[in-house]
Amino acid sequence: MMFARGLKRKSAEEPEDVEGCSAGAQAMPSYSLQRQSLLDMSLVKLQLCHMLVEPNLCRSVLIANTVRQIQEEMTRDGTWRAVAPQAAGRAPLDRLVATDILCRSVREQEGECPAPDMGDGQPDLVPGLAVAPAAQAPRSPQSSLWEGDSSRESRGGFQKSLDQIFETLESKTSGSVEELFADVDSSYYDLDAVLTGMVGSTSSGPGSGLQAFASAATSPPSSSCRSDLGELDHAVEILVET
Amino acid sequence: PPSCWLFCSPLLPSPLTPALSPHRCHPPPSALSTPPSPGEGGEFRKQRPRGTQQGHHLQRNMAGAGGGNDIQWCFSQVKGAVDDDVAEADIISTVEFNHSGELLATGDKGGRVVIFQQEQENKIQSHSRGEYNVYSTFQSHEPEFDYLKSLEIEEKINKIRWLPQKNAAQFLLSTNDKTIKLWKISERDKRPEGYNLKEEDGRYRDPTTVTTLRVPVFRPMDLMVEASPRRIFANAHTYHINSISINSDYETYLSADDLRINLWHLEITDRSFNIVDIKPANMEELTEVITAAEFHPNSCNTFVYSSSKGTIRLCDMRASALCDRHSKLFEEPEDPSNRSFFSEIISSISDVKFSHSGRYMMTRDYLSVKIWDLNMENRPVETYQVHEYLRSKLCSLYENDCIFDKFECCWNGSDSVVMTGSYNNFFRMFDRNTKRDITLEASRENNKPRTVLKPRKVCASGKRKKDEISVDSLDFNKKILHTAWHPKENIIAVATTNNLYIFQDKV
Repeated sequence: MMFARGLKRKSAEEPEDVEGCSAGAQAMPSYSLQRQSLLDMSLVKLQLCHMLVEPNLCRSVLIANTVRQIQEEMTRDGTWRAVAPQAAGRAPLDRLVATDILCRSVREQEGECPAPDMGDGQPDLVPGLAVAPAAQAPRSPQSSLWEGDSSRESRGGFQKSLDQIFETLESKTSGSVEELFADVDSSYYDLDAVLTGMVGSTSSGPGSGLQAFASAATSPPSSSCRSDLGELDHAVEILVET
Repeated sequence: PPSCWLFCSPLLPSPLTPALSPHRCHPPPSALSTPPSPGEGGEFRKQRPRGTQQGHHLQRNMAGAGGGNDIQWCFSQVKGAVDDDVAEADIISTVEFNHSGELLATGDKGGRVVIFQQEQENKIQSHSRGEYNVYSTFQSHEPEFDYLKSLEIEEKINKIRWLPQKNAAQFLLSTNDKTIKLWKISERDKRPEGYNLKEEDGRYRDPTTVTTLRVPVFRPMDLMVEASPRRIFANAHTYHINSISINSDYETYLSADDLRINLWHLEITDRSFNIVDIKPANMEELTEVITAAEFHPNSCNTFVYSSSKGTIRLCDMRASALCDRHSKLFEEPEDPSNRSFFSEIISSISDVKFSHSGRYMMTRDYLSVKIWDLNMENRPVETYQVHEYLRSKLCSLYENDCIFDKFECCWNGSDSVVMTGSYNNFFRMFDRNTKRDITLEASRENNKPRTVLKPRKVCASGKRKKDEISVDSLDFNKKILHTAWHPKENIIAVATTNNLYIFQDKV
C-alpha cells in the first residue's frame, strides 16, 4: 500500500483515463497550484502536531523550512500577496490537489487532464476542487487556520503564524488546557537554565536548586516578559530565590 | 571539564572504573590521518574488534550477480509475534550487539529491553553458529507525565549502548526521550542457605528457638539473570534524546537531543556538562536540529554530530568547554539538477556511525548512504543509493510522512560492508571493495532455517521482470529502520516493525 492513510493511489500508467476531458475547458494543475497545495499540506501538517506527546521537533523544523522555501519562492515570483480571507469554515484540505496530480511533474501533465479521475481514488478529498483556474491567485493559507487573524497583512501575518508555531512547539500554549499556563514564562520549560546552568556551583546541595525552581514557579512573571527576561536573568532570579 | 569531577564526588572504585584512575585518554592519531596501529590502546581495548585483526572469512565478497566467493545469507531465527496485528508496545525501536557479539539487545516502544544470548557453539554441529535465545527481559523505562507541559513522556527506548565488559556482569545504557539509565545485568547461579535467624522461606525465626549455630553455605540454583538500574541520568534534556554514545575512555558518555549535547560521567548522575548548544536565542529562528551524535572510537576527545540540513560537524573537546565551533564541517554541495522543495528534507541525516577503524564515518540520509573520510570535508568518498526509485515519489512520501522515517545504518566488523534498511521489509548491503550491493527481505515466508535468502529487486519503471517488485507495490508500512551487525562474525540482526530477524552467512 502506498499510503498509510488508505488513500488509493492511482496507477501511473493509466493514460486511457484521460479521455472524457474536454480539451482546454479545464485548466491543468500548474506548478503554482502544486506549490500552493504543498504549502497547504505543510501547514496542515504543522497544525496536526498538537498531540498528547510532544511533537517531533525535527519533523516540525523540516516542514517549517519547506514552508519558508515556498514562501520565499512565491515572494520572488511576485505571486505572494494579500488576499481576502475565506469563509471561516473552509478547511485547507479543500484546496489540496490530489497527491498524484501534485506529485506528477509539470511536463507529464501537459498532455493530460486529471479532473475526471478525481472521484475514483481520492475519497478523502472534496472532489472537483482539485483543478482550479490557472488565473486564481494563491490564497493566503493561514487565514482559515488561524481564525481571527483575518485582519493581518498576509505576508507579515504568515511570518507571525510561523513564529506562532514555534512558540507553540516550545511552550505548548494552544488549546484551553494550556491556557492555564499561558502566563507562565516559557523559559520555565528550559530546564537547562535551572539545572545544567548550575554546573560548578557546588555550594548549594542538590535539592536546593529544585526548591528554588519550585518557589519561583509559584509566582510566574507575566507572559509579556517572555522575550524580555533572558535565560540568564531568569537563572539568576532563581539562584537568589526571589 | 574532566578535572571538575574530581571535586564533585570521589571516584569510588566500581565495576566501571578501576580504582584511582585518572581521566584516561589516549592521544588521537595525529590529525586523524593515520589509522590506529594494532598495538594502540590500553587494557580496555582488548575486547574491542579492530579492522586489521578480522578473520579472513569476513573479507569474502558479497553476493551480487552470483558466483564464486560471494557470501550467501541464510535465515537463522525470527523473534516476536507472528500475527499481523502489531501491538504498539511491541514495536522494536533499537537493536544493538554487545562488544563480543554474544549478547543482542532490543528496545521497544513499551519501554522494555530484551537481551538475547548466543548459545555456545556446538562443536559437533559445526554447520551452524549458536542460536540467540532470550537471556533477560526487563522494563527499562515507564511512561511519565510532564506536568509543566501537560505532555506525556514516552517510554519508548530510543537507543541502547553496551559498555565493554569488565567483570562478570554486563552493563548497558538505555534511553528514552528524556532519561538515560545504566543497567547492570548479572547472573546468579548460587544462593546462600542455612541462615541462623531466618527460615528458608525468609521468615524470621523466633530467637529463642535457636539452639545451635551454623555457617550458611552457597548452594547451586537455577540460573537467574537479574537486571538492576545502577544509575539514572535525568533532567538534563529539554528536548528529545536521539543518541547516546560511550567514549573510548569508558568513563564518560554523551547524550544528544534535538538542540543540545551533554557529556556525562558514568559515575555521576546529578551533573552533566553541556558541550554543544545550537538552540537559537529566539526559537523562531530555529531552522536546524541535531539528529545524531557519536564519539570517535579511539580518540576520546573527538565526537561528531549530524544535522537536519545534511551536515556533520566534528568537534574536539580540548578546544573549548562548549564545542560550538566545529573543528571540521562535512557537507556535500547540493546537486542543482536534483533540487526540489524536498531537497532539504531528504538531505537530513538520520544516523551517523564511525567505522571500527575510526578512519571513516558513515551517514544515512533518506535516499542514500555516504562514507566520509575524516580528512576530507567537502564531499563523501563513497555514496550508495539505497532506494533511488523513491526520488520521484517524494511528494507522496511527504504526504504520508514516510519521508521523515529515520533509517539507521551499520558497519560490519571489518568495515568492508555497510548495511541499512528500506521499505517492504527490504534491507540493503553494500560491499565497499567489490562495489556490489544486494537487497534482501526479512520475511517469515519461505524462510526455513539455513535457507539461503534470495536477492530482491525493485523495478523502478517500465516493464516489470519476473520476481521483481514494482515501486507501487511496496508496502511503506513495513520499514526496516534498525539493523545491527555482529562485531566479529557475519551475523546480522534486522528489526521489522515487531519482529527481530537473525541472519547469518552460510557456513
